[in-house]
Amino acid sequence: MSEINVVVATDCGSTTTKAILIEKQGDLYRQTYRGEAPTTVEAPFEDVTRGVLNSIQEVEELSGRRILDGERVITPASGDEGVDIYISTSSAGGGLQMMVAGVVQSMTGESAQRCALGAGAIVMDVLAANDKRLPHEKIERIRQLRPDMVLVSGGTDGGTVSHVVELAEFIAAADPKPRFGSTFELPVIFAGNADAAPEIEKTLGATTALTVTENIRPVLERENLGPARQVIHDLFLEHVMAQAPGYQKLIELTGAPIMPTPGAVGEIMQTIARRQGINVIGVDIGGATTDVFSVFDQLFNRTVSANLGMSYSISNVLAAAGIENVTRWVPFAIDEADLRDRIKNKMIRPTTIPQLLEELQIEHAIAREALRLAFVQHRELAVGLKGVQSERTLSDAFDQTATGESLIQMMQLDLLVGSGGVLSHAPSRNQAAALLIDAFQPEGVTRLAVDSIFMMPHLGVLSTVSEQAATDVFARDCLIYLGTCVAPVHAEKAGSACATYEVALPDGTHQGELKAGGLHQLPLATGETAGLTIRPVRGVDAGAGPGQELKIPVHGGVAGLIIDARGRPLQFAADAGARTDQIAAWTRALNLYGD
Amino acid sequence: MAHAYTPGLRVSSHATVRKLRRLPLKGEVAVSLGDAVTRDQVAARTELPGNVTSVNLVNKLGCTPAELANYMLVKEGEPVTAGAPIAETRPLIKWFKTVVDAPVTGTLESVSSVTGQVILREPPNPVEVLAFVDGQVVEVMEEEGVTIETEGAYIQGIFGVGGETWGKLRLLVDRPSDAVTADRIPGDCAGEILAGGSLIEHAAIEKARQAGAKGIIGGGIRDQDLRDLLGYDLGVAITGTEKIGLTLIVTEGFGSIAMAHKTFEILEGCAGSEASISGATQIRAGVMRPEIIVPAATGGSEHGEGGGADAGLSLGRQLRAIRAPYFGRIGRVSDLPAELRQVESGAQVRVLEVEFEDGEQAVVPRANVELIEE
Repeated sequence: MSEINVVVATDCGSTTTKAILIEKQGDLYRQTYRGEAPTTVEAPFEDVTRGVLNSIQEVEELSGRRILDGERVITPASGDEGVDIYISTSSAGGGLQMMVAGVVQSMTGESAQRCALGAGAIVMDVLAANDKRLPHEKIERIRQLRPDMVLVSGGTDGGTVSHVVELAEFIAAADPKPRFGSTFELPVIFAGNADAAPEIEKTLGATTALTVTENIRPVLERENLGPARQVIHDLFLEHVMAQAPGYQKLIELTGAPIMPTPGAVGEIMQTIARRQGINVIGVDIGGATTDVFSVFDQLFNRTVSANLGMSYSISNVLAAAGIENVTRWVPFAIDEADLRDRIKNKMIRPTTIPQLLEELQIEHAIAREALRLAFVQHRELAVGLKGVQSERTLSDAFDQTATGESLIQMMQLDLLVGSGGVLSHAPSRNQAAALLIDAFQPEGVTRLAVDSIFMMPHLGVLSTVSEQAATDVFARDCLIYLGTCVAPVHAEKAGSACATYEVALPDGTHQGELKAGGLHQLPLATGETAGLTIRPVRGVDAGAGPGQELKIPVHGGVAGLIIDARGRPLQFAADAGARTDQIAAWTRALNLYGD
Repeated sequence: MAHAYTPGLRVSSHATVRKLRRLPLKGEVAVSLGDAVTRDQVAARTELPGNVTSVNLVNKLGCTPAELANYMLVKEGEPVTAGAPIAETRPLIKWFKTVVDAPVTGTLESVSSVTGQVILREPPNPVEVLAFVDGQVVEVMEEEGVTIETEGAYIQGIFGVGGETWGKLRLLVDRPSDAVTADRIPGDCAGEILAGGSLIEHAAIEKARQAGAKGIIGGGIRDQDLRDLLGYDLGVAITGTEKIGLTLIVTEGFGSIAMAHKTFEILEGCAGSEASISGATQIRAGVMRPEIIVPAATGGSEHGEGGGADAGLSLGRQLRAIRAPYFGRIGRVSDLPAELRQVESGAQVRVLEVEFEDGEQAVVPRANVELIEE
């Protein structure tokens, strides 16, 4: 491909299609204009390109650049006309919904789940030989679900054949129908024991659109998710997207394969983590679902909590978290019945927004729980491979470390990025910072940011055609840095001394003693850096080890430097009145809602 | 974006209502184009594939999967009867013979030489789609279903539970602000659809259910009562399949909210007529709201199903606030400022000014109002 200087990218979401224009200015790529329009997948339009063209048209109007010639994107760019490439992501129509199967639930079952999630899918169910369901229950479940695609794995190469074939037999017996299109065959991917492939072909070949690819777990010690993920992306385009209204036209418009939105977000997060050598957690909290992405030591994981969200699924957050866990974040007393009615009213009228401060505070309380629960689910899946044999000596017998350890090490986390309406459009950036800190409880020193206009999907697909352009825009235009959270890990009694600190801020050196339970905000603007020294007391870890002094440069942001001495995990006062006072104190410390 | 408000629910005393009656799988359409149909008439029917049962025969027979074919008494595609043998071993001494009987009646679908598993499929389950409303067949989709058209009153609720049902409509209260309390439920309401004004109390639902009422309609319900009614906390608003003895529809929302005057007046006017109602609600991906249809012999001044309020916001339009602090109040648009305004929560949003029925003026985010058709 010739040099790329001007790019227009769209993300077709369930409700809104967002377009951005990226232009090379000197040696750097910058995001210059954006436009949006309602997504037009459903009736009466039933043609996704209508919304795409409308959103690009808005970019045209704002930028003065002519991009469209009727329903065609003008390529390549020449002067003030056209773009070098048009790219897109899509999550419209409910995204990519998959069912996965593996022989052992915690081994190939989990690998299949990670593979599908990483490709950007919602996993509707995990079928496994040992999932404790009876055969007829499994078959019934497969029949009920109408997945867009099925991924069958199982068996290391040279391992079990019969268990894998049994899974295929269940699928064949259920004869599942795809969600879209009653005439086409359901795409099934087989990525298991290569020896079982001929039998799988015999069992499923005639009734499904079967693709056989490399085993996702060729040996227990190694996952090989790349080839199957690529097949998922290909089939997503060929089968699922091709069935959705107008997508055939969209595929023709784009200069690179359309990616599922979360798949693209995963792509940019991996690119950033790799290029900057950092560990990253990202979260996107939407109306219906919450996605969590993590990259630790270059290992990427993504999970989607399908029923945790701020509008369509808001009532489910309450059901999953429990009313006490929601109300514990509210800085005033509230009647349970009233709270329940308010939440249900948001569920049935999902587009409404809080007008009163009190309503905003309730939504923020629910958001903290949605984020917390989504992160709990992420931690459960972002683990090392289970079932790996390791050599153990006699001394190891006393050290009961199991396989499947969590990959999420909060002390090693460098950057926590949030996106989604409740975070990106919070009336104050301090509120977004507080939501991220309270829900994820970062440890040690962690930078916080929000994706200002949810540009990460666009940059993910852009990274597949120009990594330079994607990383330039990510660093300069995508993120709004909130600041840095410094959180010594301790379980000290509230009020007891846990550390002393010294920080050289632009307005002078601040120093003081940190008392357990305290929360402090210091001014440190975006682009500014300050030298921080923390000397924790014995047993308290600020990032250099228990009791060890930490000296580190910290970066500023719109919410500045936040020193969180509340301990990990956060401790809430047992008494309801004391708890309300506690939350009110935390609220004041970060000046979350004004006076 | 241009449409930052919630389009209103459709509430009409004289409408042309079209109902799509579609089979879950291809089948047979039982009526013809132009036919007059009644609500309980079968419009289309099909057969869902029967349940599947698997039997691992190798474990029972003590053979290898490859040997299994030799022991089968029934071939793939042949019928099987519950209790009748499907496979047996052939030992030299008859005494050691093992026989495996079919656990269900149906057909033998497959025999696997890899896993030793045999799949049996029970007979198909017949499924019938009824007309749901009295009306006329105006469209036939071969093998898929039909569209039935009727003239009459049409009301979309905001939320419901329970499936399609019908019965005589009976109004329980005099004013839209009157709650549906247990003492207002008549003992002789079996087979009827009961309609009230504001809050439907839990005790009233219980009494109606016990008396055999088919449905109950009101302005609001408390979430706590809904939880008690369902037996669980509803997480996502996808409803319609609950088996709770009756169908419940609320027209305004959760809590004690008076029914909109227009909705109440239409229900009042239809009292004594036969109504078809459905509680099915789906907020996400293809919005579906519960509905009340009262076919009438005459009428038909409006056309189409759903939609409504597409003329957009304009000065003087009637609206209802759908979020605190004005939740449930009705007024008219008095100004539409173009610039963003800061509301109490601190957010900068697009707003409108409204004059409520009592003359009070207020500023409300555009996202927090719903237009009312007049």
